[in-house]
Amino acid sequence: MSKYDIELINISKSFGIVKANSEISLSIAPGEIHALLGENGSGKSTLMNILSGIYTPDEGIIKLDGNEVKFNSPSDSIAAGIGMVHQHFKLVDVMSATENILLGLPGGLFIKPKKAAKSIKAVADKYGLKIDLSKKVYEMSVSEKQTVEIMKVLYRGARILILDEPTAVLTPQEIVSLFGILRNMKSSGCSIIIITHKLNEVMEISDRVTVLHKGRSIKTLVTSETDMTELTTLMVGKPISLEIKRAEVDSELKKPILQVTDLTVHNIDKREALDGMSFTLNSGEILGVAGIAGSGQKELCETIAGLQRASSGDVIYKGQSIIKMNPRDIIKKGITMSFIPEDRLGMGLVAGMSIIDNVILKKVQMQKGIIVDRKVGKKAAERIIKRFGIDTPSTHTIVRKLSGGNIQKVLLGREIEMNPELLITAYPVRGLDIGASYNIYDILNEQKTKGVGILFIGEDLDVLLSLCDRIMVIHSGKNMGIVDAKSTTKEKLGLMMLGQNPDDQAS
Amino acid sequence: MFRIVKRQDMSSRYSSALRIGSIFAALLFTALIIILLGYNPIQVYFKIVEGSLFSKFRITQTIHKMIPLITLSLGCAVAFKMKFWNIGAEGQFYLGALGATYIALNYGSLPPYILLPIMFLAGFICGALWALISALLRTAFGASETLVTLMLNYIATNIIMYLQYGPWKDPAARGFAKIARFSPNAWLPTIFGVQSGWIITVVLVILIYFMFAKTRLGYQIQVIGENTQTARYAGMNVNKILIIAVILSGGICGIAGMMQASGVEHSLTYELSAGLGFTAVITAWLARLDPLSIVVVSTLFSILLQGGTYIQTALQVPSSIAGIIQGVILFFVLASDFFVNYKIIRVKKENAGTAVPVSKGE
Repeated sequence: MSKYDIELINISKSFGIVKANSEISLSIAPGEIHALLGENGSGKSTLMNILSGIYTPDEGIIKLDGNEVKFNSPSDSIAAGIGMVHQHFKLVDVMSATENILLGLPGGLFIKPKKAAKSIKAVADKYGLKIDLSKKVYEMSVSEKQTVEIMKVLYRGARILILDEPTAVLTPQEIVSLFGILRNMKSSGCSIIIITHKLNEVMEISDRVTVLHKGRSIKTLVTSETDMTELTTLMVGKPISLEIKRAEVDSELKKPILQVTDLTVHNIDKREALDGMSFTLNSGEILGVAGIAGSGQKELCETIAGLQRASSGDVIYKGQSIIKMNPRDIIKKGITMSFIPEDRLGMGLVAGMSIIDNVILKKVQMQKGIIVDRKVGKKAAERIIKRFGIDTPSTHTIVRKLSGGNIQKVLLGREIEMNPELLITAYPVRGLDIGASYNIYDILNEQKTKGVGILFIGEDLDVLLSLCDRIMVIHSGKNMGIVDAKSTTKEKLGLMMLGQNPDDQAS
Repeated sequence: MFRIVKRQDMSSRYSSALRIGSIFAALLFTALIIILLGYNPIQVYFKIVEGSLFSKFRITQTIHKMIPLITLSLGCAVAFKMKFWNIGAEGQFYLGALGATYIALNYGSLPPYILLPIMFLAGFICGALWALISALLRTAFGASETLVTLMLNYIATNIIMYLQYGPWKDPAARGFAKIARFSPNAWLPTIFGVQSGWIITVVLVILIYFMFAKTRLGYQIQVIGENTQTARYAGMNVNKILIIAVILSGGICGIAGMMQASGVEHSLTYELSAGLGFTAVITAWLARLDPLSIVVVSTLFSILLQGGTYIQTALQVPSSIAGIIQGVILFFVLASDFFVNYKIIRVKKENAGTAVPVSKGE
């Protein structure tokens, strides 16, 4: 009997010339929560995909209870008791929890639902998962969906659970309850690998932590014997300050620049995406927007930018209503919006075109004559590359071929080059590594001190709390209140994100 | 045991070599079919080349196919760049020819330097309007332009057939159902032994190349084709640009029809296009919508088409063999795209398992 449940020894995996994993070793002890820490592109997902049988390693061996095994497909890995909960849920919306759990099993949906429900319930009780089995997935909250995903792998008999960035989409309260579940599972003998790049969660939940950097396993540490500074240094490869500065701005600069009053927007299926939202954004401030994903962030940005039509309400920019304007008129008003949805290249950039062609995207609308003036674009592209330190072979490089951080900088750089007075930015650091993220925060702070009003749609509450001046919390399209970022707490924000008034509960 | 792996970096030289290789592979594959049909493939291929290039007359015939084919492919490419799947080049060609014919038949006494420009204009406008139907249905109701343009092709051919057998039937043709020949004023003059439409085609190739490389419209069309969301975000009026591009696309196809009627047939028949409007969809696609490549690909296809009719008489081989070659080439080139992005590698025996998944890459 080996002292480890599972061991990965000197695993290497290349994609073409890119070495995603090189000689990574990782061992998981029974009943331990093992964090896998690393920046984007450090090889975490590749390693876990090898473990769950999606990829086969080029070199290296996997040992299960001390015996060498080979996984040629996910089913081999599941049969060995390894279950993976992916970051993006793989559930069928119109089906119930039970149906989703049974889907893909031999017999599948032909198993008698009642009988199955009983056996699912037994597994749920064993690990202390609370789950309404007859509820349809589309009626579920994000955390309920995650529970179904966890249930799915446990029901298949998994004793080694891999969770890929499980907290990315959860509120602080939901994270607490997830961690409760994980501890339950641990005490009933499961081993858990949790992939994350959030240090405080590593410190809170894990027993040991393995740090990956550029495809190599740097070090495995016992969590209680390390600290966040050491982990960051290992993860980034150099010492880095973890503090996000909040730039101070003269109060004279602060004047209302954008007023949103009673804004209501209906989305395609006639649901209210924004419901009577009102707020004011000042120049020289960063107003953060916190909320569970899908609470109306996208619609808010798009309506201000003129991409969506409002049903009622008004958007006033420097005293002038812009609610009826289309994007072209708004661009001419000097309102620059940098809107980065989940799919980074989905809106704002043209992935298949060069940096120059992307830089001139908005300028072209203002140019006269029939010829595109690419000379201006080339100069602007050179300036942006220099100013924001974009790592690219040339200005003619196709944007798709750049790394995530550099793509982001092209987008942000283009918007800032236009000297905006209002900057709307949604998830600007999503998918970026720590260094690149801090770079973006610095850029936003610099713009703020210049008197630009910034609407910052964020997802990491720690970042919102330390970067923003005020934070507006939204819940199903409603403004739950605007709080002072210096005096509020994560817990309070979390309650508001769930639609509760924290002051009510206190009294 | 094999598995499919995504390639990381692909040099453009390699991918061009792959495409050219796939054309040869297609010719080899067709050779097998020719053998199965009981003919000698080397002889068939040689006769195709001989029949399209080995005499002045044959070269002229080949060029007379090239001119409309290049023009139609350009028309398709303009719409395709925007991911507007205009496969109605055939119908727009006929409507263009119809417009030009109307002018030629009714104002045939005008001097050529006035008459021909008007015919060009009529060809452009009619082709453009025919294409515009699909653009308006798409912008207003979200109707699929693929279906609309396809069906409009059949309507267009049948309109011509109706005119040929009905109102426009030439009384002087002694009962034959044909439209009257144009007066010589309405003929495109011949230059170097071929109809002068080639000058227009060369100009169009340069203009379209220039449009995509340098102009705002070309830039906007490409942005919309890549990403409509981004185009809206950047303040482009997507519908307006779409309509302009479709008008341009249909208009160019209409000009092709005008040139074929005025320069080659000197009349209009419902078989004027010989299906070139459909071939153009293939050639535009094989040329990856690049105007200069369109010239190369269209030349090759014209040789195939012209040679195809020749082998029918020379070897009693059905000319549809040329059609088979075209189809097989298209399949092989499309399949080669797969090998541009993926490669198949051998997996060692011991690794072989039951279900090896397709790797998606990272």
